Amino acid sequence: MAALHAAAERDRDGGAPAPEHPARNYPPYRSSTSRHPHRPLVEIDHRADPEAVELSGPAFGVTDLTDLDADLTRQHPGEPLGERLTVTGRVLDRGGRPVRGQLVEIWQANASGRYAHRRDQHPAPLDPNFTGAGRCLTDDEGRYAFTTVKPGAYPWRNHDNAWRPAHIHFSLFGTAFTQRLITQMYFPGDPLLPYDPILGSVTDPAARARLVAAYDHQLTCPERSLGYRWDIVLDGPSATWTEEGR
Amino acid sequence: MPRATTRPQPAGREPGAAPAAPLAPTPSQTIGPFFGYALPLPGGGQIAPAGHPDTVTVHGLVRDGTGAPVPDALLEFWQAGPDGSLTGAPGSLRRDPVTGAAIGRNGVDFTGFGRVPTDADGRYVLHTLPATAPAGRPDAAPHLAVCVFARGLLHHLATRVYFPEHATANAADPLLARLPTERARTLLARADGPGRYRFDVQLQQTADGTHEETVFLAFR
Repeated sequence: MAALHAAAERDRDGGAPAPEHPARNYPPYRSSTSRHPHRPLVEIDHRADPEAVELSGPAFGVTDLTDLDADLTRQHPGEPLGERLTVTGRVLDRGGRPVRGQLVEIWQANASGRYAHRRDQHPAPLDPNFTGAGRCLTDDEGRYAFTTVKPGAYPWRNHDNAWRPAHIHFSLFGTAFTQRLITQMYFPGDPLLPYDPILGSVTDPAARARLVAAYDHQLTCPERSLGYRWDIVLDGPSATWTEEGR
Repeated sequence: MPRATTRPQPAGREPGAAPAAPLAPTPSQTIGPFFGYALPLPGGGQIAPAGHPDTVTVHGLVRDGTGAPVPDALLEFWQAGPDGSLTGAPGSLRRDPVTGAAIGRNGVDFTGFGRVPTDADGRYVLHTLPATAPAGRPDAAPHLAVCVFARGLLHHLATRVYFPEHATANAADPLLARLPTERARTLLARADGPGRYRFDVQLQQTADGTHEETVFLAFR
């Protein structure tokens, strides 16, 4: 991983643009080896093809969720174990415009680092009061907000002594299928961040920093929860850009 | 007391204010293996309204470069409505307000959106209405838009499913027409029964060349 980061730094020093997304082939993340395409992607220019199906996207509304979906600590009769968190931020497009009324979904391990998933056999306890899945729609300013608990680190078998840093998975829809994003939010100061090949697949340090939330004391609720702020910028053309002539 | 943030936040601007330069995007990360209790929903692959007489089945296998099935992939589909409209409708994910349980669609509305995980054999099944071309693009052949997510994929892949009965439209389609025949073929579903189509996704060409890699798309 260090060698790949050094090579990326040399490329940037040589004037190459810093990659904004991870390469699909990143050997330190073992599963990527046999699952990335070898051939270059075929480009579709959204300006030449403004009616492409992908420049629109699915719609979601209030029937798609309930009020309790955004509070992962209230989905069961009892309180989940762990440090309670408020995680909020804005979803923006690359033009800085808020992405409104769009579905944001999250999922995560519980406080001891285990997913409520049958195939997760990490010998950490399951929490009967925590499933770890949530949803909300962004508001008129593009804001989302979740109440949850801090996920634990957990081992995985990618390499010797491999542990994933604490993270929350995010799934986002923009106004177009081309803006679709699945990503992970990390926590500031986590000592595991430098050792994680999934985060490390983003070889530009500035881009990696965009995956780390900021602790925000103003979001911290007295005697209730710690606050983190994490803004998300969706990539890719949206139909709105074309319509507005930008 | 000042806000204890550790890095500049793009959200500091007023909503709607024009930025000096495009904002840097949030990088993609893998969906991982454990999305199963969060993203899939009952009826996620049932885009066609229940009992609709025009319903077609699209099914297939997702394979990796060793030829092995991918059991932890999630496919999403998006398509124009029967009239070519691209507005979609809410209601794809529908939750029960009393129990909070995922109950899937209402069975009546066509939302245009489908989401299906692969099973232990790497298989998926979608029931939908026949694909149409977007209303504003009469020159395009009918197709479904697809996003492929999987453990091991650090950034999802976009592709399309075209259908064999539209041979004339396919020959003129702006995307299919610029691909070599053997590449274009990877975007073409194969009829394998009445109202039934097979569409496999090959993430990477196998070493022995048995399976041609699916054409994946980038939008610029």
